Amino acid sequence: MARIIRNSRVEDDAWTLLPKIDAAADAAQTPPAGPLLLPLDVWLAQREQLLARGEALGVWLDAADDPAAIAADLEHFTLLAVNFPKFTDGRGYSIARTLRERYGYRGELRAIGDVLHDQLYLLRRCGFDAFALRADKDAERALAGLTAFSDSYQGAVEQPLPLFRRRPAQPGEAV
Amino acid sequence: MYRYDTKDQRLIDERAAQFADQMARHAAGELSADELRPLRLQNGLYIQRHGPMLRIAIPYGLLSAAQLRKLADITRRYDRGYGHFTTRQNLQLNWPKFEETPAIIGELAGVQMHAIQTSGNCVRNVTSDHFAGIAPDEIADPRPYCEIIRQWSTIHPEFAFLPRKFKIAVNAAGTDRALIRAHDIGLEVVRGEDGEFGLRVFVGGGLGRTPIIGKLLVDFLPRRHLLSYLDAVLRVYNRHGRRDNMYKARIKILVQALGVDEFRRQVEDEWALYRDGPLTLTDEEFARVAADFAPPAYAMVSDVAGERAALDRLAASEPGFARWLSRNVHAHKVAGYAAVTLSLKKTGVAPGDITAEQMDAVADLAERFSFGELRSSHEQNLVLADVRLSDLPEVWRISAAAGLATPNIGLLTDIICCPGGDLCSLANARSVPVAEAVQQRFADADALDKLGKLSLNISGCMNSCGHHHLADIGILGVDKNGEEWYQITLGGRQGNAATIGSVIGPSFRADEVPEVVEALVAVHQENAAPGELFADSLARIGSTPFRERAYAGRGRHIPEKRKAADGADHS
Ligand code: SF4
Repeated sequence: MARIIRNSRVEDDAWTLLPKIDAAADAAQTPPAGPLLLPLDVWLAQREQLLARGEALGVWLDAADDPAAIAADLEHFTLLAVNFPKFTDGRGYSIARTLRERYGYRGELRAIGDVLHDQLYLLRRCGFDAFALRADKDAERALAGLTAFSDSYQGAVEQPLPLFRRRPAQPGEAV
Repeated sequence: MYRYDTKDQRLIDERAAQFADQMARHAAGELSADELRPLRLQNGLYIQRHGPMLRIAIPYGLLSAAQLRKLADITRRYDRGYGHFTTRQNLQLNWPKFEETPAIIGELAGVQMHAIQTSGNCVRNVTSDHFAGIAPDEIADPRPYCEIIRQWSTIHPEFAFLPRKFKIAVNAAGTDRALIRAHDIGLEVVRGEDGEFGLRVFVGGGLGRTPIIGKLLVDFLPRRHLLSYLDAVLRVYNRHGRRDNMYKARIKILVQALGVDEFRRQVEDEWALYRDGPLTLTDEEFARVAADFAPPAYAMVSDVAGERAALDRLAASEPGFARWLSRNVHAHKVAGYAAVTLSLKKTGVAPGDITAEQMDAVADLAERFSFGELRSSHEQNLVLADVRLSDLPEVWRISAAAGLATPNIGLLTDIICCPGGDLCSLANARSVPVAEAVQQRFADADALDKLGKLSLNISGCMNSCGHHHLADIGILGVDKNGEEWYQITLGGRQGNAATIGSVIGPSFRADEVPEVVEALVAVHQENAAPGELFADSLARIGSTPFRERAYAGRGRHIPEKRKAADGADHS
């Protein structure tokens, strides 16, 4: 069973992640039992059959996917994930905030793909609450990355108030 | 200047600790070179031609004397006793040791400085007018806006991995000295009909391979919406900017592809989500930041005319002082005060370079004569912004003794010049030796003075760090079969009428450049009306006489007139 970072610790994960549809793949192949994390195109193509399974469903968006594509379907998902093809591709941060702030998604939001220690703090601030660290990395060691900073200037998902709305009452507290 | 409170300080300390940890994990083999690279770049650490380079942030060019002393100290202990001021008002150390950079960052944090986001595909150091707060033509002080933007952009969780770098500049004066329309976002502080402060927002300007003048995005954005609107612009860029081709990844390409109207529509769609929400800037926050930029305790000068007369008397007997007074001393909005530019453009010194001893001397000058602060300019000089008229002779003597009083501000030898091929690994050609050769050619101070205002900028490659597109005479290093050649552009302008220069034709060898510059200048002088600027005489008589003179006797085919530098080949 895969291990992911969730609730600020490393936990087991029961979800099966399906890759994108491969034109050559056998479409009739039955997906494994248990909770499924589907690529957007599979969800869009097989929505009715998938709902008929009666098991937990999630969808993962790739960096170029538009979260609007699932905005009306959020009630069906207990998990959403956003893929980072490379950790330097920052589109997923905006996708996460859009899911949380525009579409009001409240369930688990997981970063998958090239997810590394030094991005965890930023990801968390943008609304991710679970992190499937890249397989070759030590998740226990990376936990420290969640709390690299004690505060941030900006308002974002995890703390919507920017620092200037939370500064100590006495201005100019010199150091 | 802005003083950190405990929150600001803690963030900078945590960032220093994070960087030290990243470097340690790299050393331990836990973080590969490729994984470290974007992280170290966002802390200013490059690997250059000869080794590491560390770019230290000087937010909007403002420094205290104590900070400059610390920088001098750092260059002595960790580098070779000098630094280089860049066209983005930052300071580069050219010879730090890779493994010592966390220690340097730690020392910087001790004086409320850092190197955050001085490189990488993120929001870079915000730049502004080096005469901020003192310019007679100022509508407002741009520095509170800059500091608010600095805080908003620092470790922004959503925008750490943009398609490409992102540069913001702020101007708040009648004359734009911050090149706002050559930035990804240019902000101009304006006042609405009822006196309310707001911003005129330009988007998609930039130099580099595809030079474009920024387009108007919003004519009047009320000040309170600044941060929510910036978030919306960056959101659209982050999601839709191109990531498949780094040469097409800047926001200017996205704006071009969508058209500014469609871009604006998408921004407004994002903005609707945040507008009037918690990101709305409060008057209290603006006032809190602005209080740190309150004017210093200026003396009431009762006899300004008398002090001016004394300066004129000294100028009459000291031609060197007279020249410095006319070129390096600038108007101040407070009677009895002036701003002084300390020239980092002495012939024989790489433009923008400064030694540790000079830094100490400047720190002393700032403390004695300018309320303990100074600024770096995008022209790569330093500015003492608040000097009493009666102190000018003393400032002149001391700065001259330190080699910082070359009276060439705004003149042809005040060359903006990138480090080029001597240090930069992206360079096609060296730029510093060309700058020096041109300065030597124009060594006659009287002739130079007579020529008057004229800008000459040099970049070692298409990245255009030397802003060559915006100069009267721009010089760009190009590579032809492994040899260094130089392409010349004419007619660039900075300021409110920012214009991209046009390439005049085939490029020149390094040894030809000074002669060609001389020929171009001669055509201008022969044709210009008294006081007419180079760009104006060029616009009036056209480029043909300039091109003919530049290529005369060089046995080279002069092509038909070309359009802007964009798309010009490297021949
Ligand atoms: S213009 Fe080119 S050569 Fe010059 S500093 Fe920039 S990248 Fe380097």
